[in-house]
Amino acid sequence: MNITVCIKQVPGTAEVEIDEKTGVLKRNPIDAKMNPYDLYAIETAVRLKEEKNAVVKVITMGPPYAKAVIKEAYMMGADEGCLLTDRKFAGADVLATAYALSQGITRMGDFDLIICGKMTTDGDTAQVGPEIAEYLQIPHVSNVRRIHEINEKSIIVEMDMAESVEIQEVQLPCLITVEKDIYQPRLPSFKLKLKTANRPVQIITFKDLDDKNVMHYGLYGSPTQVLRIFPPEPNTTSEHWEGDGEELGEKLAEKLKELKFV
Amino acid sequence: MAKIIVHQDAIKDRKEVVKVCPFFALEYENDELILNAACKMCNICVKRLPEVFEYVEDTLPEIDKNAWRGIAVYIDHIEGNIHPVSLELIGKAKEMAVRIDHPVYCLVMGDKVHDMAEELLHYGADEVFIYDKPQLYDFRIEPYTAVFENFINRVKPTIVLVGGTTVGRSLAPRVAARFRTGLTADCTTLDVQENTDLDQIRPAYGGNIMAHIHTPNHRPQFATVRYKIFNSPERSETKSGKLTSCSISDEFLISKINVIEIKKKEKLKSIEEADVIVVAGHALRKEEDLSMINELADMLGGMVATTRPLIEAGWTDPRMQIGLSGRTVKPKLIITCGVSGAIQFVAGMNSAEMIIAINSDPKAQIFDVAHYAIIGDIYEVIPRLIEKLKEFKD
Ligand SMILES: Cc1cc2nc3c(=O)[nH]c(=O)nc-3n(C[C@H](O)[C@H](O)[C@H](O)COP(=O)(O)OP(=O)(O)OC[C@H]3O[C@@H](n4cnc5c(N)ncnc54)[C@H](O)[C@@H]3O)c2cc1C
Ligand SMILES: Cc1cc2nc3c(=O)[nH]c(=O)nc-3n(C[C@H](O)[C@H](O)[C@H](O)COP(=O)(O)OP(=O)(O)OC[C@H]3O[C@@H](n4cnc5c(N)ncnc54)[C@H](O)[C@@H]3O)c2cc1C
Repeated sequence: MNITVCIKQVPGTAEVEIDEKTGVLKRNPIDAKMNPYDLYAIETAVRLKEEKNAVVKVITMGPPYAKAVIKEAYMMGADEGCLLTDRKFAGADVLATAYALSQGITRMGDFDLIICGKMTTDGDTAQVGPEIAEYLQIPHVSNVRRIHEINEKSIIVEMDMAESVEIQEVQLPCLITVEKDIYQPRLPSFKLKLKTANRPVQIITFKDLDDKNVMHYGLYGSPTQVLRIFPPEPNTTSEHWEGDGEELGEKLAEKLKELKFV
Repeated sequence: MAKIIVHQDAIKDRKEVVKVCPFFALEYENDELILNAACKMCNICVKRLPEVFEYVEDTLPEIDKNAWRGIAVYIDHIEGNIHPVSLELIGKAKEMAVRIDHPVYCLVMGDKVHDMAEELLHYGADEVFIYDKPQLYDFRIEPYTAVFENFINRVKPTIVLVGGTTVGRSLAPRVAARFRTGLTADCTTLDVQENTDLDQIRPAYGGNIMAHIHTPNHRPQFATVRYKIFNSPERSETKSGKLTSCSISDEFLISKINVIEIKKKEKLKSIEEADVIVVAGHALRKEEDLSMINELADMLGGMVATTRPLIEAGWTDPRMQIGLSGRTVKPKLIITCGVSGAIQFVAGMNSAEMIIAINSDPKAQIFDVAHYAIIGDIYEVIPRLIEKLKEFKD
């Protein structure tokens, strides 16, 4: 069985600040890291591998230094890795990202199951997984919180809905996006780090893909455009109360009454 | 379409220029400064160093925007009940439709959904399209996508709004990809221009930045919106608009998914539905102290929610978590008790109508969003508050 996991490199911290005048992100170049939600996707794949003798491949699309997340995946038990990188992929939105990934996944060979994280901590759209599935014309299930069983033909999963849980049997090949509580991700192992230090990372560029129409990739293949980014608006109407705790309690009770909450 | 050109000659400091990009998209390749795959086309480099970076638009064949008419809302439902987010979206769609003089459409799919569809006529939809098939009883991705596709081909709406529910967030990207068009996630502001272009504003980076997004040359323009972002329209006594039954042939409703079972999660009214929420923060010293928070919530007819540390401690159920990795709430009143106001928490509650924060630290971040900032010890303020509320009751 072949399991492909999609992983993304994201900024090391979400605490970005924007200069209001210039609209520029004030961020020190801090280390990039693996999207934390993708650790659950890798863990899921590695668990299935331990149980079912599968081959786990990881793929990431990003700049050359995104190779680091593939190396990290090796340390968690992934067998093969591929970096999809090319200047032609720059400026991709979800549609162009999912398209390039679907092309890259096909290029990597057979797959029975594709696993994505629930979302990322930067773009955080949670849309890439379903769009990859559409391009590959396979069924998908989002928000998988548990896997009941997997065999050669199908997988039985629990989809987490707001008020209920739906148990679905899905024929392979298919794509799932996993919730963060599915399994506790293991830490990268030092033993695997040594063992995989020289394991190569396959590099796939534009010219290796089947579809060589540049209009389908990167900025050209992206229907959405980010026009502007800006900081969220702070609330300006605020009243500050100080004083003795008990008095504050009484004052608050009066206020709640005045506001008709009691 | 646009791209950024680098004027190599204008580069003064080869090391500094790379730092202009917050996404690390600038690098040297064969001595030449290039934009690599990390480029987000945010134009920050162009703004900071206009002499080096130039933004140029290529002209591409433009689509005919007049061929697409109407604002469509996907109607999400659970067990025969319309999900309130869908009503909120009808409200938003109506508001925008007036501006461009377009109709508002609703798409209803499911099994025996006719009565539910009829109810939508009380909310001002111009036309409700119904796909009623036993195969659509459970949500399964392929048949639902096929029906959505059929609807879009038939109606050709310029804008499609989908609620950010589990179903909506799975379905919308699938359909958007089928039409090779754009989808903007979790919009918090939507507006429409005269030429029908949709202005979409959404938080990203965990709510730390807001992005204004356009879909200038593709139709339909898809957007998802979470529950409680927009206001629900009033239900009018009279009905308006019409119902249209649609057919789709069975071959499109085949699925590789078999729904084995739907299990109810133990019944717990979700915090998203509560009008009043009292939030317990990390200031609580022990699990038993939650009783004080529970009592306050009871007095106000509200629900208790918590920040993430309390979930991690195992004191409360994850469904009670507000924030980025929890629920987004928009109650009439929220009282936070010993909550610092981390951005990940605030992202899930800052559109509450009234925010009252109790925190002993006058510099606590939560006070930035609070309408009433109460600088005090929760162990002093809350017991007295409860006492006083009891007095009012008697
Ligand atoms: C501020 C801002 C807002 C944006 N808003 C939108 C928007 O509303 N709509 C839109 O179309 N684009 C948007 N984009 C662009 C979008 O973030 C990127 O295109 C990104 O490549 C994919 O989206 P994501 O980060 O949201 O991934 P998600 O869809 O949240 O990721 C889900 C999963 O998909 C997989 N995955 C995602 N990216 C990769 C990758 N590069 N390589 C391998 N696997 C991956 C991972 O398994 C991940 O866990 C925005 C960008 C910015 C900077
Ligand atoms: C990717 C990501 C996602 C996250 N998602 C979420 C999320 O969805 N929801 C969430 O809540 N968090 C989330 N977090 C965690 C978040 O960053 C904060 O750590 C968390 O919200 C802090 O909770 P808190 O305010 O209860 O605790 P603290 O930050 O510890 O604050 C406790 C506050 O109580 C005050 N205090 C102490 N004693 C008293 C007293 N006796 N009386 C009055 N005040 C007192 C203190 O001054 C302090 O301000 C996320 C983090 C990350 C990285």
